[in-house]
Amino acid sequence: MSPRAAWRLERLGFREVYDFSVGKAAWLAMGWPREGTSAATPNAGEVARKGTPTCLLEDRVDDVRKKVLEVGRDVCIVSNSEGIVQGRLKAAALSEKPEVTAEEAMELGPTTVRPNEPLAPLLDRMKKRGTRTIVVTDLRGKLLGILYRDDAEQTLARGTRL
Amino acid sequence: MPHELGLDEIRDMLEGGAQLIEVLPSQEYEEEHLPGAVNIPLKSLDAETTRKMDPGRPVIVYCWDYQ
Repeated sequence: MSPRAAWRLERLGFREVYDFSVGKAAWLAMGWPREGTSAATPNAGEVARKGTPTCLLEDRVDDVRKKVLEVGRDVCIVSNSEGIVQGRLKAAALSEKPEVTAEEAMELGPTTVRPNEPLAPLLDRMKKRGTRTIVVTDLRGKLLGILYRDDAEQTLARGTRL
Repeated sequence: MPHELGLDEIRDMLEGGAQLIEVLPSQEYEEEHLPGAVNIPLKSLDAETTRKMDPGRPVIVYCWDYQ
C-alpha cells in the first residue's frame, strides 16, 4: 500500500517522497512512541522495568554477580557484542560457578516478547505458565527491559500506566 | 522515484522536519499511529486531501508493513 501511495504523491507534485516500507508494525515493535486511542492502554514495553544489568558472553560470572548485586537486582541479561540478547543469568546461575563465563552459565534463548505486546493477554499467558518475569526485546533482539508479572497485575488493576 | 526508508533513518528524517502520512483506513489510524502523522487513506490520496501538505518538504508515507 505505501509504495503505491509514494508514487501517487510524486505524481501529485511532491518532490522528495520516502516509503517507510517496514511500516507501523516495525515502529511499534521497536517500542517507540505512539499516539491514538490504544496508547492509553499500557503495553509490555511501557510497563517493563528498565535498567536491567547486562553482560557480554565472555564475561566471568564472578564479575557479573558483583555488578548485579551492586544495583540490587537478581538477574542479568547476556548479550553479544552487537547488543542482541543471547541468554539470561538468574540468581542460581550467578552463584553456582563463579569461574565460568556468562555464556557457559546462562539459560540459552530465554522467551522474549515485543514491547507492543498487549498487557492483558500476556499476563494471562504468564499466569498459565507460572512465569514471574519475561524479557522484552525490540524488533532486532535488543533488550528493552524485563516485565514483572506483579507490575503487570498492578498496572491492569489501576487501569493506568506505571 | 520514491526512496525506501528504514528504521535507521526515519527518526532523523522526522527530527529534520519531514512530513508523515499514514495511508491506512481512518479507524486504524485513530487506534494507533506514529507521533505527528496525519491520516490520508490511500483511497482518498489526491490533490485536495494533500492540499495542506508542503510539496517542497520531504514527505514519508507508511502503512502497516510490506503491503
